[in-house]
Amino acid sequence: MARKIDIVCVSGTREKLQMAAMFASVAAATGDTVTVFFSMNALKHFVKGAAGDAPSEGEFGTLMNQHGVPPFKQLFKQAAELGDAKLLPCSMAMDLLKITRDELDPEFGPPTGLTRFLSDAEGGQLLTF
Amino acid sequence: MGQCKVIDARNTFCPGPLMELITYMKQAKVGETLELLSTDQGSATDVPEWIKKVGHEMISSEKVGEVWHIKVRKAK
Repeated sequence: MARKIDIVCVSGTREKLQMAAMFASVAAATGDTVTVFFSMNALKHFVKGAAGDAPSEGEFGTLMNQHGVPPFKQLFKQAAELGDAKLLPCSMAMDLLKITRDELDPEFGPPTGLTRFLSDAEGGQLLTF
Repeated sequence: MGQCKVIDARNTFCPGPLMELITYMKQAKVGETLELLSTDQGSATDVPEWIKKVGHEMISSEKVGEVWHIKVRKAK
């Protein structure tokens, strides 16, 4: 039975983005319905051309950077491509960052407001990073 | 037989080996066998769990030296 998992990314640190990306990619590839909503400090890493090397929150982030951990951007991309996960940018964050949809990585869906996201997320399991 | 595609996911960490396997599983035909090589201990238990959950056929899992060899047949 497919689960419905909704993930909210607001932190821009490596550890939190990595954990969110791991949940998204594994759940989507297992057949769960996954939606990831990106806002605040998380969104800037997904502007086209962004390196995806987010600052570490602590020791673990540094450790991940030094080893063969798949980059979080790659995992989110795989979640979308292999598992049809939806990656949605927060419209408020886009307004403040002054970016358009075309300036985001191609896996991203349309700018989404909180009302729409909450409505779509109804009945699902919500995880926040 | 003898058609066993080997996916070398050594020296990458969770969920790297699993995502590598899934990438190749998507491209494989039903009935094909894939062998995943992983040095990640977590994947050694996690990958068979994924195979079971999505309904593919687990053939074998063995550790040779520091490398796990996980064989799976695409069932659907």
